[in-house]
Formats: sequence, structure tokens, C-alpha cells
Amino acid sequence: MKIHEYQAKAILAKFGVPVPRGEVVFQKDEARAVAGRLGTPVVVVKAQIHAGGRGKAGGVKLARSAEEAASHAGHILGMKLVTPQTGEEGRIVHRLLIEEGLDIKRELYLSVLVDRATGTPVFMASTAGGMEIEEVAKEHPEKILRQAIDPAIGLQPFHARKLAFGLGLSPELVIAAVPFLQSLYRAFIETDASLVEINPLVATGDGRLVALDAKVTFDDNALYRHPEFKDLRDLDEESPLEVEASKFKLNYIKLDGTIGCMVNGAGLAMATMDIIKLSGGSPANFLDVGGGASEDQVKNAFRILLSDPNVRGVFVNIFGGILRCDVLASGVVNAAKELKFKVPVVVRMEGTNVGQGQEILRNSGLNFTVASGMKDGAEKIVALAGGAQ
Amino acid sequence: MSVLVDKSTRLIVQGLTGREGSFHAQQMIQYGTKIVGGVTPGKGGTRHLDVPIFDTVADAVHRTGANASVIFVPPPYAADAILEAFDAALPLVICITEGIPTLDMVRVAAVMKHSATRLIGPNCPGIISPGKCKIGIMPGPIHKQGNVGLVSRSGTLTYEAVDQLTRLGIGQSTCIGIGGDPIIGTTFLDAVKLFNDDPGTHAIAMIGEIGGNAEEVAAEYIKKHVKKPVVGFIAGQTAPPGRRMGHAGAIISGGQGTAADKYKAMRAAGILTVQSPADIGQTLAAALGKSSLMVIGKPKKSAAAKSKPQSRPRGRKR
Repeated sequence: MKIHEYQAKAILAKFGVPVPRGEVVFQKDEARAVAGRLGTPVVVVKAQIHAGGRGKAGGVKLARSAEEAASHAGHILGMKLVTPQTGEEGRIVHRLLIEEGLDIKRELYLSVLVDRATGTPVFMASTAGGMEIEEVAKEHPEKILRQAIDPAIGLQPFHARKLAFGLGLSPELVIAAVPFLQSLYRAFIETDASLVEINPLVATGDGRLVALDAKVTFDDNALYRHPEFKDLRDLDEESPLEVEASKFKLNYIKLDGTIGCMVNGAGLAMATMDIIKLSGGSPANFLDVGGGASEDQVKNAFRILLSDPNVRGVFVNIFGGILRCDVLASGVVNAAKELKFKVPVVVRMEGTNVGQGQEILRNSGLNFTVASGMKDGAEKIVALAGGAQ
Repeated sequence: MSVLVDKSTRLIVQGLTGREGSFHAQQMIQYGTKIVGGVTPGKGGTRHLDVPIFDTVADAVHRTGANASVIFVPPPYAADAILEAFDAALPLVICITEGIPTLDMVRVAAVMKHSATRLIGPNCPGIISPGKCKIGIMPGPIHKQGNVGLVSRSGTLTYEAVDQLTRLGIGQSTCIGIGGDPIIGTTFLDAVKLFNDDPGTHAIAMIGEIGGNAEEVAAEYIKKHVKKPVVGFIAGQTAPPGRRMGHAGAIISGGQGTAADKYKAMRAAGILTVQSPADIGQTLAAALGKSSLMVIGKPKKSAAAKSKPQSRPRGRKR
């Protein structure tokens, strides 16, 4: 689960990580008031969207007066920000963070995440602050310091010193870095984060280390331990169809193709997208109805994937294990009767109760195309619905 | 032959009395798996599915001589269940549960790194040695005893591949679902080593997906040590970056873990890669030299993939 920068900073501050003073605003006038309250010669107006690259896209501006802050706010609020991370459709800005300006001497990079290969939390640090860490990794891998943390002992002061000296910090700043990193590690562990990224981490003229930007992503599997995080979710940042799908425990991701896919299992769902592409079509979505889908879930899945106006045909690809083909077929037939859809539907079923499932489709009086394998199914739906473009 | 599980496997089920555990235990018993006990704290001394229930794993192991455990407990309690099985010194633990918090698995991994216990999963369909022992949720009847070792991060996509093989008359020695989470016990590398050392396994199918670099690590090993033919497929060639594709571990992040990178590493290792999931069975058939079934390529026992292996299975109309 992603959250906004201002939310991430509030959480980190609670754990003792130094962040700039600032407030979130939703309107131009609030921006003026907050800038006045902050009272610093310079304030920063930052667009709050769940994507990086905001500065280059024009979503971050400096203001030298409350009036200027209000004027920037008026300009950025409602603006569509297009960054490499948002894709072409971009994101509309609904919230701004108004922050005090700092006297920045150095910009660094710092993050904590779980390293899949070793199965441990790992700190990554770099002197190339403000740059995308992926680019640094590609261009200058030697500039990235890594420190794995044994979860049994957690972050020790020597880990922090090693990283801080590695970044070339002065002895005074190294002293400040130890509690900074310890707070950051505690925040990572205690919020069940999958990523905490400070980019840039800045050293200020008055000898402090401050998290100038912050990105926190929570582990979806651990959200049950943190009911308070529910309020941090911003539905404006999610695709409406994905929000709708999540209500029915369906794993749906909207893509930009024309062939809707309904599949059970994540791996098979990805493979189905792949084979549609290989057959000359393009998938409109990823949809995993799950292992034990009910008739009702199947019906809702159909409703959701057909609400995508780009969909010109649907490919149902089910390998019945726990999900029985007869349950699936009943769901598909009911969905067809209720939603009265006009697009062609190709059904490929295999596995548990496949005979019964096929009989249900045949006796429905509806016009389904039955396929005898993944490849056959993909080719049939591409022929019926048309290929890419 | 087979790896890890066979007729000598004596299984306990953690969470046997729950809905999922109960249903799948029944299926396993029907398949012929020897389930010798179940563990549900507080229900010790009772029986379920005609199997004795114990309060603790240690007690169950002590009383039944079990040598493997399968876990069907809900996500908040699953890490504890894995650690309990490890504490009872079971050599093999299979965790089916999906949705375990990553940091729970970080702690489990830290403990198990130095143990003799092998963990399979979590978030996996389990492991089956056809005709001998089935541990997990996969449909038994699609499998056939034979000599292909299959390892996969997926559930239903594994069934798809198994079904293709069985329809071509090709059986499997063992199929291991290693799971779709970012932190898992047994990796592709572990499974490939087991299959490479098993004389009853003549060819290996490796079904990966986007995210992480476990496929690349296994490919590196295969390049150096594996003479048996290996067929590889990666799901998610069309997946957008930065999105979690159902599985917690299936995500391209920071340009890492793309299907293209994995294919590149597999081809460099001489693995027979297929772009279409529908070609897994036929390509293995070809690799095993069943010429009567061959549609593609020439059968060759070792290092068959030196030149443009990826172009072979795609020879039909697009």
C-alpha cells in the first residue's frame, strides 16, 4: 500500500526521524495561511501524488512569500502531473504539502527494504542524493553502499557509523546519523513497511540531517496488524476499476489492451496475457479470480472487466483445481444473462468437473466459443475481437 | 525415482481440523499420501478424518514418527506454525498459506538459514511425486509418474504445464511449487540441484515469473553443472513495471526482475526457453527425444540450446 509524502513524514517523525516542518493543504487559501505560519524566508510547495519525478514535471515550486505560495498552489492544484512513474495518463493533484525551506549543504540517498536474495532488511545509501537510485545502480554501482541487518539484533550503532562514514559525513554528522538510522529502522520494522526511502536525505547549514523527501510503502499482507493505516489510503490515486475489484477480493490490474482476461491463479493470469500478445492481441487487464472463487465473484469479475470501454472480447482461461469448472461455468452463464454483454467470449476450461462445466455452457443457449487449450483460446479470441491497434 | 517425498513420507497436517486443511487432507489421503496425524492446539486427543490430533507438533512427531509437515493455518499464525515445525526438527515443512507478512518470513528465514529443516513455500501449491505422495492442493489426477522434474513459482500455471506433459504421455518424477512470495524456503537453485542429483529425473522444467533474480541464479548453476535438458518459461512478459501481479513477489521494481532479463540469463545457460506457455510440454518432449511427438527442434541430450533456442518453439503462425 502506497501513501503520500506528507503521511510518510508524519509517521517517520513519530519515530524520531527529523523532517521539515510543514502541513498538507487542499486549497489555495490554506497554502497562504500555512506559508505565513511557517514564517521561513522560503517555503516549498509540493504536489502530493503517489509517484516520483514530481519536480521535473512541475509539481514542486519554491515560494519567497505567502502570496507566492498561494499562487503556486492555485496553479498546481488540479494540474495533471505526468512523470515517468505515472504513465501517460498522469495524475491530478488534489493535495499539496507546504514546507519550510532549508539551507541544504549536501544531498544523499538512504533507504531500507527487504532484500529478497538474503531474506534480510537491507539499508542502501549513496552520495548521489536526489537521483533515481535505479539510475545510480546502473551508471555507478560503486556509489551504492549496502548494509544487511540481521533481524535478530536489528540495526546496531556500528552499522549506522559504517554507512555514515561511507557517505563521507563529518564526525559531527556521523553522531547525528546514528539515532537517525535507528529511528528509521524502527519505523520500518514497526510499521511493517516494504520500503522506506529518503531521497534526498540532506545535511543542512546548521549541522542537521533531515529527511527532505520520504516515501513509505506498507506490506499489504501485514495491514491487518495496522488497522489505523486504512485512513491513509487515497482512492483518488487508484484506478476506479481496481478499487471496485478489491471490494470483491479480486486481483485486477487495468492494462491498455482490448482483450479482457479472466483467469484463476496469478502465474496463469500472467501467462494468459503473454499468450494473447503472442497471438497478435493485447490484454486489457490482469485478473486473478483466486483459487476458491464463488459464482458471485465470477459474476462481479465479468462486470468489472466489461466496464472497461476498451474491451472488445473476453478470454476466460481456467485450470480448475480447487475452483471447480461447473461453478465457474454457472458464474459465467449468470453474468452473461444478467449483464447482456455483446462482446465475444471464449472459454477455455480444464481440470476439476470440466465435463459438467462444458455442459452448463452448452445448455445455456448462449453463444460462447469453447477452446481446447490456451493457445487455441488465445487465437480464437484474437480472431473474434481483433488484434492489437 | 523422485525427490523429497515418496512412499516413505509420513505427514502431519498443521491445521487439519480447519476448513482448508480438512478438505485437502481428504484429497491427499485419497491420493495415497500417508497422513499420520494432525495438529490443532486445544484439540489434542481427538480424531479427525480418522487421524489422531495433537496439541503440539513436537507431540505429533514424537508419537507418530512423522517426517514431514504441511501447513494450512491462516496468515497471522503461519510463521509461528513454520517455526514450531522447525523446532520439532522435522526435515521437511511445506507451507501452503498465502498472505504471510514479509517481516514474519524475514524472522523465519533468519532462523531456518542454519537449520537442517527444508521449507517449501509459503504461498505455494505444495509438492507431488506422482503415484507416490501428494502434499498440497494440486489436482492429483492430472499428474503421471515419470521422469521430468518440474519446479515453479506458480500454482495453476504449474497444473497447465503438468497437464501438457501428461497428455503427451510424459510423466513427472516430482513437481515442486516453490511459491510466489518474495521470501521463500526452497528456491529454483535448490530444486534444480535436487533434480540434477536424482537419477530418476531425466529433464527439468523451470517455470518462473517476473520479480527477483532467483531464475538467474539457478541459470548460472545450470550453465556450470547441469547436463540434463532444461526447459524454461517466464510468466509476465507483458506485465507493466511497478505493479504487483497477484503474487507478492511478482513485481518488476527499479528495472529489475523483468522477463527479458530472465530469458537472457536462461538462454545464456543453454536452457531451452519457450515464449509461449502452450509450448512447455512439446519442448520437453523434444528435449527428451520423443521424436514421434516432436513438432519442433532436434532431440539432443546435452547442451542442446547453443544456438537460438528461443526461436524453435515459436515456428508456428502468430
